[in-house]
This record gives sequence, structure tokens and C-alpha cells, in this order.
Amino acid sequence: MTTTQSPNAAPASQAPQQRKTVTSWAANYLDERTSISGVTAYLGRKIFPDHWSFMLGEVALYSFVVILLSGTFLTFFFDPSMGHTTYEGSYVPLKGIEMSIAYASSLDISFDIRGGLLMRQVHHWAALLFVASIGLHMLRVFFTGAFRKPRELNWVIGFLLFILAMAEGFTGYSLPDDLLSGNGLAIINGMVKAIPLVGGWISYLLFGGMFPGVDVIPRLFVLHIMLLPAILIVLLGMHMVLLVLNKHTQFAGPGKTNENVVGVPIMPVFAAKAGGFFFLVFGVIMAIAATFTINPIWNYGPYDPSPVSAGTQPDWYIGFADGALRLAPGWETELFGLTFSWNILIPMAVLGLFIVLVMFYPFIEAWVTQDKREHHLADRPRNAPTRTAIGAAGVVFYAVMWAGASSDLIATHFHLNVFQVTWVLQALIFLGPIIAFWVTKRVALGLQKKDREILLHGFESGRIVRRPGGEYIEVHQGLDEYESWKLKAFESPEPAKVRPDERGRITTGTHVRAALSRWFFEDRIEPVTKAEVERASHH
Amino acid sequence: MAEETKMQDVELHRDAALERSSEFENPGLPPHRKRQTDLHPEKAKRAERTVFTWFLVSALGSIVAVAAYIAVPITPGDLTTTRMNNLLLGLGIALALLSIGIGAVHWSKQLMSDEEHVDLRHPTRGSDATRAKAVEVFTLGDQESGFSRRSLIRNSLIGALAVVPLPAVVLFRDLAPADEVPTDVFAHTMWEAGTRLCLDPTGTPIRAEDVSYGSAFHVIPEDLEESEHPLDEKAKAAVLLMRLPADALNESPERAGWSYDGIVAYSKICTHVGCPVALYEQQTHHLLCPCHQSTFDVKNHCKVIFGPAKRPLPQLPITVDDEGYLIAQRDFTEPVGPSYFERLHDVDEDGHVQVAGTTTEQRA
Ligand code: HEM
Ligand code: FES
Repeated sequence: MTTTQSPNAAPASQAPQQRKTVTSWAANYLDERTSISGVTAYLGRKIFPDHWSFMLGEVALYSFVVILLSGTFLTFFFDPSMGHTTYEGSYVPLKGIEMSIAYASSLDISFDIRGGLLMRQVHHWAALLFVASIGLHMLRVFFTGAFRKPRELNWVIGFLLFILAMAEGFTGYSLPDDLLSGNGLAIINGMVKAIPLVGGWISYLLFGGMFPGVDVIPRLFVLHIMLLPAILIVLLGMHMVLLVLNKHTQFAGPGKTNENVVGVPIMPVFAAKAGGFFFLVFGVIMAIAATFTINPIWNYGPYDPSPVSAGTQPDWYIGFADGALRLAPGWETELFGLTFSWNILIPMAVLGLFIVLVMFYPFIEAWVTQDKREHHLADRPRNAPTRTAIGAAGVVFYAVMWAGASSDLIATHFHLNVFQVTWVLQALIFLGPIIAFWVTKRVALGLQKKDREILLHGFESGRIVRRPGGEYIEVHQGLDEYESWKLKAFESPEPAKVRPDERGRITTGTHVRAALSRWFFEDRIEPVTKAEVERASHH
Repeated sequence: MAEETKMQDVELHRDAALERSSEFENPGLPPHRKRQTDLHPEKAKRAERTVFTWFLVSALGSIVAVAAYIAVPITPGDLTTTRMNNLLLGLGIALALLSIGIGAVHWSKQLMSDEEHVDLRHPTRGSDATRAKAVEVFTLGDQESGFSRRSLIRNSLIGALAVVPLPAVVLFRDLAPADEVPTDVFAHTMWEAGTRLCLDPTGTPIRAEDVSYGSAFHVIPEDLEESEHPLDEKAKAAVLLMRLPADALNESPERAGWSYDGIVAYSKICTHVGCPVALYEQQTHHLLCPCHQSTFDVKNHCKVIFGPAKRPLPQLPITVDDEGYLIAQRDFTEPVGPSYFERLHDVDEDGHVQVAGTTTEQRA
């Protein structure tokens, strides 16, 4: 960073010819007290590369701002108490019904406060968009290898943000204390209880005694509006600082190398685009909230442990966990008078392992490849076939669990029996990722081959000409040097060889790593060489 | 423009996969193409007017929103006014926001310089001099404090820091009542000998002869509303009541006395993770939990025939009182709802009858 030189207090040091506008006066005032000019000088003309996929993270950021604004509005009206009250608001079907104050106040927000329903819907739609955009942003980073050195830590931070976002979503969903949110809490209670040794205690403490009790919603409220947002904001700040320090990745292209950043400066173009984009995101959320109902809590009624309707769904981002519970086998063992609920512990462990693997993937890949260099060029997914295939396998694994959460809907929709759907999904959770891995790798290698063909022989121009001999051929058109560079500019590593370490020994670790390296890099398409291009052009 | 110098600040690790860098030269940035607005001042002028119009539309949207807020009040009891308010207010604000967004993006794309700029990257690590200085800072800090040298106080500090969070752990004990432990609240429900079975939610007592074939009755204990926390009690005591034809009911001899005249009562709380088991299929006499599709066979003491639940639903022993109303013989003989680690301690050893046999042979 630029060293902050103590601003020379004497106004005389100002450029004498500067006009005395209000802006310059304010800037001077601030700078003499904060040396903020250093920050402006350092950041103001930083270069940002442009690509549509780089906007996914921005969507996440902006929807978070929208969440903060709408959430703050809601806190002014929402009362999280689980005390009892009789509803007297304007929603007639529920008039006179016993319910918790939390549910009644959510109804008041929806029906008696102008703009209240709008803000509730803005908040909920923004929450859905927030989690979705983080997920897509994460996939972008994964499939382009943007998590490699020096950005591994930012990957971990980003992933924690994803987990926190889901936690925020779940706690928020529980607040209105309607039938569905209470049912979600019942499920959490059941899962927590299954944890050996401490599960019962956690449930007992969380609910302040019995489930549902009168304590859990005020507690979740504190988590939802204070603790989790505070952690989120701190991590988000770190995420941004690291982004500025590491600079953005960019795709390889003419003039774009691992050593530079090509794009537009923050001031003014990026600021204008990004600022405008914030308003677009906000505006779209607002338009959706104005026209589409989300979470119509008045239809569900207050929480009651007894009724439940079939076909109710959690918010989409909780689906994978619910699906994991559905697909688990019904196992439970009783040992030495103690109960082990594998039907819950196994899915929890599998999800935990999945989360750990994703979170630490950058370190795992770096260990296998032993690549210690800095990477600032985003890979095209096809040029890292094994990583892309691993990613696809992960996506399919997630998707199968997610589909599991809708097994009953799938069954009714396709006129199947829900048991059969479950069995198919149980098989798919093992087979799906393997198939996805294999298919994706073939496709990636195929695309690489195609790139190679295009580099050597040009692409099919669609123009058919007749040869003097009477045969028809399609004219192949070569790429210009700028276009072809995009196809050429990548690395294709060869698998590492097993070699003795400093002390002349070959450890098991070395063998494992070499095997993984082979698995990672073995199937490869030779990159085009200069000689080949020359030979091809003489045809 | 092409910088062909490689950032080789770190040598390739000896075990690294062998790299094969591209042999080709980076052609450098393509020549910059001017936009229509750069070439034709009148087009720039038009773009300017467009941006201005959008900003104007935005202000209009804000005014629409304020007007909607005032002019479309919510009439208590009239839902259409709520919807109208929501719609107009929301669309006004959306218009205001979107127009600013469109205007700003248009401005940046059409009128701001679109010249590509190049920043150089630098290795992320500090320079050797900076790093040396950082090391020196730590060395000085260590020397001047004696952190390494005075190992006794250092270690005792680490020890003290490790212990200092302990009070925080204790502090959370009173999140739940101090005079109870978890199993106290999990172990029992409010059913007792003689408690009448009543309809949920009306609380009407049920006569045995009123229990018809083919439907499941949703049941609560008669004094539920008088209890201190009705919702908490209901979350454990909710029961399903069904009458099965004698030939369908396949009762184990030890439990024969738990039903009354083909009427059986089972806990409604799923033994998986505790959703209410709400769906009764009258042809098959199966109970289905809507949460994760666990399916219980009422004919065979609610054993699990499908899904992630393992244990049968606990059965409530019932009988009738002298007025012909269904009553409980006692509380459940085992804790209801999801399993927990210490669960077996809370099973009533004298009263409980385990239902025997395999559970999943008869998948639907
Ligand atoms: C990433 C962050 C957040 C997410 C994903 C999130 C999500 C949610 C969701 C899904 C709901 C249920 C909304 C409904 O009634 O349909 C909710 C409710 C609520 N949220 Fe958030 N929220 C977040 C942050 C915040 C913040 C920062 C605040 C306060 C400053 C807040 C305040 C509230 C309040 C007061 C409610 C209850 C409103 C009601 O039930 O009517 N939220 N949240
Ligand atoms: S709670 Fe009943 S199946 Fe999961």
C-alpha cells in the first residue's frame, strides 16, 4: 500500500491554481484530518477486468445491502416474543385465533403496516437471491481455478460467507413462527438430539427446556439480526480487502498476462457500472417483491406441533440438507444402553465431509500439483479437465440431495411411487457423481481437441465452394492472431514423476501424490506447438 | 503491451507437475475500436439525452411511490387494499431504482472513456527488505519482552488464556431451567392413567363407539389447555387414533390389552426427527410422515416399513372409562419422538413391551 505520508498541514502546499469549489474545500477538509487522499490515489484508478461471470459476486454483495436495508426496516416493527396473544389485526380468517406475538407481529407487518409486506417480500426475495448468487459466484471461482495461490484464503472466507448466509436464512425463516417455520425448528430439534453425548443438552439449552418453549425465537432473533450479520460483515470486509490486494483474476487474452490486469479504472467507469448495477439489482428485487408473493405466512397459520401439510418445502438452499435426511437409510443401534441414530448421524457426517472438502479444495489441489506459483489468469474450464470434472461431480452430488428434498413432489408430478423415487435417488447419490465426472472430463477433453483443430485448420466458415475437380468443400477460415491467442494461452501440465526427496527416500506420501498427480493430469491433449501450426499452414 | 516476463519469484517445486508453457508470443492488446458515440458528436448528444431521461423517470418513480403510499391506504379487513398498496408502492420504487441503474450503466457504456488500461501486478509477498524488517520487529519484541527466554511466565500466560473461557461455558447453563436435566423433559408426556382422549383442537372427549373405521382421529389429552405450556405439552402428547378391523390388526399378545375393541392409539410424533405423522392411508393402514416419507404400519404396531425412521411409533395403552369415553391407561412406556443418546434410560422397563420381528421386510 502507499505509505500514508503525514499530510502537510499548511494549506500552502495545495496546488495554488486549484479552484475553490465546495468539493475541493470538502476534500481538503477531510484530507487534512484523515489523509484520505492516499486511499483515493491508491484505489481510485485501480483496474478492474470485465467479464459477465465476474458480476455474480457483485450480485451477492448488492443483495446483501438490500437485505440489510429491508431487515432494518423489519426490526422496527417485528416483535420476537413467543408470548401468547389473540390476533385482532385485519386479516380476517385468523381473527380471534391464539398465536404467538411473533406471528401476530409478522401478520401486522404484512397487513397493517404500509410497505410492510413489501419489505418482508424484498427481504425474503433478496435472501434467496443472496444465497443463489453466492453459490453461482463460488462455482465461477471453482471452475476457473481462481482459488489458486494467492487466493486460497479468500476462497475459505467466501465459503464461510456461504455457510453464514444459509444460517441467516434458516434463522430468519424461523422468526415469523408460522406453521412451517416451527416445523423446521422441530426437525432441527430432532437432528440436534441425535448427536451423541451432548445432543440432548444442546436441545434442552437451545429451547430453554421443552420444545418449542418460549425462548427459541428471541434467541434466534439475536443471532439473526446481530451476531450473524456482524460476523458476515467482518468476513465480507476481509473478502473485499483481499480482493483489492490480490487484484481480480482475468481470462487469458491478447495483451492479458499473468503479470498484468487489463480493464477499466474504478474511477469513473467501474464505479459507474457497479453503482448502476447495484440499482439494477435492487430494482429487480423490488419489482419481484411488488408482484410475487413469497412465504405467505398467513396461509400456514400459527405454529402448532400437530398439523402439517404434505408437500411443504423449505427455502431452496436448505433443500440439500433435508434431502440428505430423506435419502439416509433407517439405521439406529443401541449399544451399552446408548442410542446411536445413524439415520441422522450419517447424513450429518456426509454433509460435514462434503463441506470440509469444498472448503479445503484449494489446498488439496495445490498439494497434488505442488504448484507454488501465483495464478492470476482464470482457467477456461476445459483446460483443467480433471478439476472441472471434480466440480461437476460435486454439483451432481448436491443436486441429487436437493432433488431428494422434493422426492414426494417428483413422485406426484411423474405419477411414480415415492418409494421408487427414493431408491433411484439413493442409487444416484453414488452413481451420479461418477457419471458426471466421467462425462465432464470427456467433454472437456473433446472441447480441447476442437480448439486444437481450430488452431491448426481454422473453423468451418459455413461457406461451401466447388473445387475445380467437382468436389465440394467447406472453406476453413483461420483465426486472427488475437482470437487464436485465447485458444493457445494455457498450460497443460504433465503428471509428476516419483522422485526421491532431499534425503534420497521415496515416502508413501510421494507415491500417493504422484498417483493423484497422474489421475489429475494423465488424460491430456497436447497443446499445439509452433511447428505444428507452421506445418498446418503449408497445406 | 505484451509483458513476456514471467513472474518467477518462486521456483517450481521439485515434485511439481511438469509445466509446459505455451511457446507462442502474446500478440498484445488488439487495437482500440472507437464507439459510435466517440465518432459522432450527435450520437453522444443523443446518449446524453437518454441518460437524462432515465434519471428523470427515476425521480418520477419515487414520486409515484410516495403518492401510492398516501393515496392507497390500507383499509383494515380489506385485503385488496393491502395488495394494491404493495403493488403500487413496490413498482414505483422499482421504477425509481431501475431507472437510475439503467441511466448509470448507459452513461458508463456510451459516454465514459472505454479505453482499456493496464495495471502491472506485483508478487503478493512483501519485498525482502520489508520481510527482514518484519522479522526484526518480532525479534525485538521477543528480546525486549523476554517472551522466549522467560518460559515460565510465558507458559503460565498460555495456560491462563486457555482457562479463561471456562466461565463463559458455565454461564450458558441457565439457558434452560437449572433444576432439571434434559431427560426430565424428554422422558414423559402429560398422559396419565384416566386422562381422556379428546379431539384436536376442540377438546371434545371421544367415545369408543364414535371411532369409525377408515379415518385417523387427531387426539390431545383432555386437560391440555389447562397445562402451563399447552404447546410444549402438545408437542409430546399428540396422538393418532384409528380403528382397524379385527382381522387386519396383528397385535402382539403382550400388547393385546393396549388397544380397545380394535381401536389403537399411537404417538403422532415421528421417531425420525419429530415431525407430526399426519397422513393415514386407510386401505393399507399405513401412516406416512410428510417430512421424509417414513411409513409406519398400523397393523403391526406401527413398525417402520419405509424411510429413514428406525423405531416404531410408541403406542399409548388405552381403554374406556365407565361413561364409555376413551382414556389412557398410563403414560407412554417409552419417550416419544426422535431418538437421543440416553433414550434407553427413559424407557419404562416394567411397562414397556418391545415389538418383535424385523421391520423392513415388507417394503411397499
Ligand atoms: C444474509 C443475511 C440475511 C438473510 C439471508 C435473511 C433472511 C431472512 C428470511 C428468509 C426471513 C423470513 C422472512 C419472511 O418473513 O418471509 C427473515 C426475517 C427477518 N429478518 Fe432477515 N435475513 C438476513 C439478515 C437480516 C438482517 C441484517 C436483519 C436486521 C437488520 C434482518 C431482520 C429480519 C427480521 C426483523 C425478520 C422477521 C420479519 C418477519 O418475520 O416479518 N435480517 N430474514
Ligand atoms: S420426521 Fe418423519 S420422516 Fe423425518
